[in-house]
Amino acid sequence: MVDVLVIGSGGAGLSAALAAKEAGASVLVIGKMYPTNSQTSMAQGGMNAALGNVNEDHVSLHIQDTVKSAHGLCDEDMVRQMCADAPQTVEWLERIGVPFSRLDNDKKGIGTVAQRQMGGASAKRACYAQDYTGLKILHTLYDTCLKEGIAFLDEHYLLNLIVPDDTIKGATFLDIRSGEIKQIDAKSVVIATGGYGSIYHGFTTNMYGATGDGVAAVLRAGGAVSDMEFIQFHPTALKHSCILISESARGEGGYLVNEAGERFVDELKPRDEVARAIFSQMKEGQRVFLDVRHLGEEKLMELLPQEMALCKMHEHVDPASDLIPIKPVAHYSMGGIDVDYALEVNGIKGCFAAGECSNAKVHGANRLGGNSLLEITTFGRFAGENAFKHAVYASSKPVDGTQRLKDEAEIKTLFAQEDSESFYTYREILGELFYEKVGIVRENGQLNEALEEVIAMQVAQKKMGISDKSRTNNQNLVEFLEFRNTLLLAPAIISAAIARDESRGAHFKVGFETENEAFRKHIVLQWKRETQ
Amino acid sequence: MQIKVLRSKTNTHQSYTLPAGEIPLLNALMYIKETQDATLTFSAGCRASVCGTCAVRVNGREELACAYKVKPGDVIEPLQYHPILRDLKVDKDKAKETLQKGVTWLQSFQEASLTHEDEKRTEKQTDCILCDSCYSACPVFAVNPDFLGPFALTRAYRYSEDKRESNAKSIIDGVQSNGVWDCTLCGECTAVCPKGIDPKMDITMLRSASIKFGHSDPSFATQSFGTPDFGGGGFGFDPNAGF
Repeated sequence: MVDVLVIGSGGAGLSAALAAKEAGASVLVIGKMYPTNSQTSMAQGGMNAALGNVNEDHVSLHIQDTVKSAHGLCDEDMVRQMCADAPQTVEWLERIGVPFSRLDNDKKGIGTVAQRQMGGASAKRACYAQDYTGLKILHTLYDTCLKEGIAFLDEHYLLNLIVPDDTIKGATFLDIRSGEIKQIDAKSVVIATGGYGSIYHGFTTNMYGATGDGVAAVLRAGGAVSDMEFIQFHPTALKHSCILISESARGEGGYLVNEAGERFVDELKPRDEVARAIFSQMKEGQRVFLDVRHLGEEKLMELLPQEMALCKMHEHVDPASDLIPIKPVAHYSMGGIDVDYALEVNGIKGCFAAGECSNAKVHGANRLGGNSLLEITTFGRFAGENAFKHAVYASSKPVDGTQRLKDEAEIKTLFAQEDSESFYTYREILGELFYEKVGIVRENGQLNEALEEVIAMQVAQKKMGISDKSRTNNQNLVEFLEFRNTLLLAPAIISAAIARDESRGAHFKVGFETENEAFRKHIVLQWKRETQ
Repeated sequence: MQIKVLRSKTNTHQSYTLPAGEIPLLNALMYIKETQDATLTFSAGCRASVCGTCAVRVNGREELACAYKVKPGDVIEPLQYHPILRDLKVDKDKAKETLQKGVTWLQSFQEASLTHEDEKRTEKQTDCILCDSCYSACPVFAVNPDFLGPFALTRAYRYSEDKRESNAKSIIDGVQSNGVWDCTLCGECTAVCPKGIDPKMDITMLRSASIKFGHSDPSFATQSFGTPDFGGGGFGFDPNAGF
């Protein structure tokens, strides 16, 4: 039995594993892919910390900006903790060798880390590594995990948490390679499985696997989720491929223009406002572009090398001389697993959650660019430490194999299930339905229609199955399980959106265009636990 | 448009028909899986050339499926020198092993004053996404499966060149056996890297660092200076003459 089982091997999971190990725990990191494949690799723009390396900045300003962007829905104590911890976290990343971009200022240590402006920030606050910030942090974390001898189990798909008597005892997994159902016993668990943006399949910057597996598992196990209706739309994804063009393009001075070449919004406003401004242009039949031509090729290659290549590859435009066609698409799920001040999941003792899957109440109704890399590292570490503390006093009495046997039976049923309707078709339909009816601008009638369609899809799910009957390396099965998770989360998102008759941050509803003090609260959802 | 994909079950190339038009290979594979053959197995992630999941071989050359645009008649195969798990999906566990053997991390931190120029010295090397393309293209693996390989050596170079590293020697020591001297400097790795990294140059740099730290080319040692060879050893001259 391990002390701390970390589920998910992206930036939050690796940070949690390192902290738990450092504290003295035995740690196992388990993930459905390889650690360096995770969504963290896609984070581009930067990581906020009030270092004040470029212009004057203070932790208090970072807190203020975050609270403002959250539109009254964050927990100020959690925000304070995250922002105050940010300089130390950068210091820690510096010590393990993260290759930050640098300033020539004759200072030492983190005093030389370059910082750039992001939307909603009152100072140049985001530390970065060109436009590969997430990639470089992730790989450095991984190298450090190898250095510390942390154990990994790759290609294991989370099925269910084992939670007898409201306390975590481990989890069950599908070993994707062998097809076996495995049970891993643990004294405490950190869930770091990422967000659920892929529910907007075809309309998201997220990777294929961002299907909220951990969030769904928590719901099934009787834990709580909250703020599920708050989905951030990134203003600038490439129009045809939905590939992300970092906010730093605007931070560095890029403009948003319509077909007439007119600017229509202050590009440095928070993402929700910019996304809505673009959306209303599109509703008027305008195409929208990102214009960075005035920055010059040399500066673009220096600051945004990845974007330059992606624009050429996927849109056939050269940002140095052409406009970049863009549209806003789903990018980040602010809501997720409801956690307390220790990041412990409400409803499941000994189970902690960090990163995008968790709702630590720091992003509220709209996340500031640069705060997600900060959250995964500072709160990842915090969750790891707390999980270790729990493990010290947790019972080491293992549970029986009830959950594993149940899951084995269920997977067996899936193999036998009728397969007259392709779930891949429904995955597309669900993505489009969400973009159209649970998107940037919402309306109660459409939300209700979406809910009905989702319920119909849940009924139809019995006719969907897998046509690949191989036990081993069955990606068809994994994708079906992922789709089932998105379908499980869909009603939670829509119901919360229906319940919230107001507009706040990323949630904008026609007929209720202003903030309503009565809704200055979190919508928390929890399933009734089966009584056995 | 037709493409062929190597299927592991039959070990034959299977043809699939795609709609005409420009399409990234990853989208083509997704299309096949969703509409024609759900058993076709491959790995995919970000679609944006940054997670390193989807590297395959196209007509014998390593490519990221999300970045490569399909052409009629393309032949798609899994990476070389990796155990094939199924179809295009390979076992990349070896990556972790070579990184561990190569001790590719910051050994011992010292505070340093880093400049923009210092950042540039290893900026390219830290763009590595561990897609394993270079490993698949490296001919040394055909004869020496224990070779550390291009990306592990590039990563060792990255940390050894970092001014924050106070113990670069231990990294250099770690890449001597099955490492820098076993590379043939053929440059195949450099040719296929989707991020434009030049592992061949990194290995050359590691060789000169090795000499600075007192190591020498072991093959050179055995060929010329290592064993007494008064017959000239086919070199046409006696390397020990005069000693």
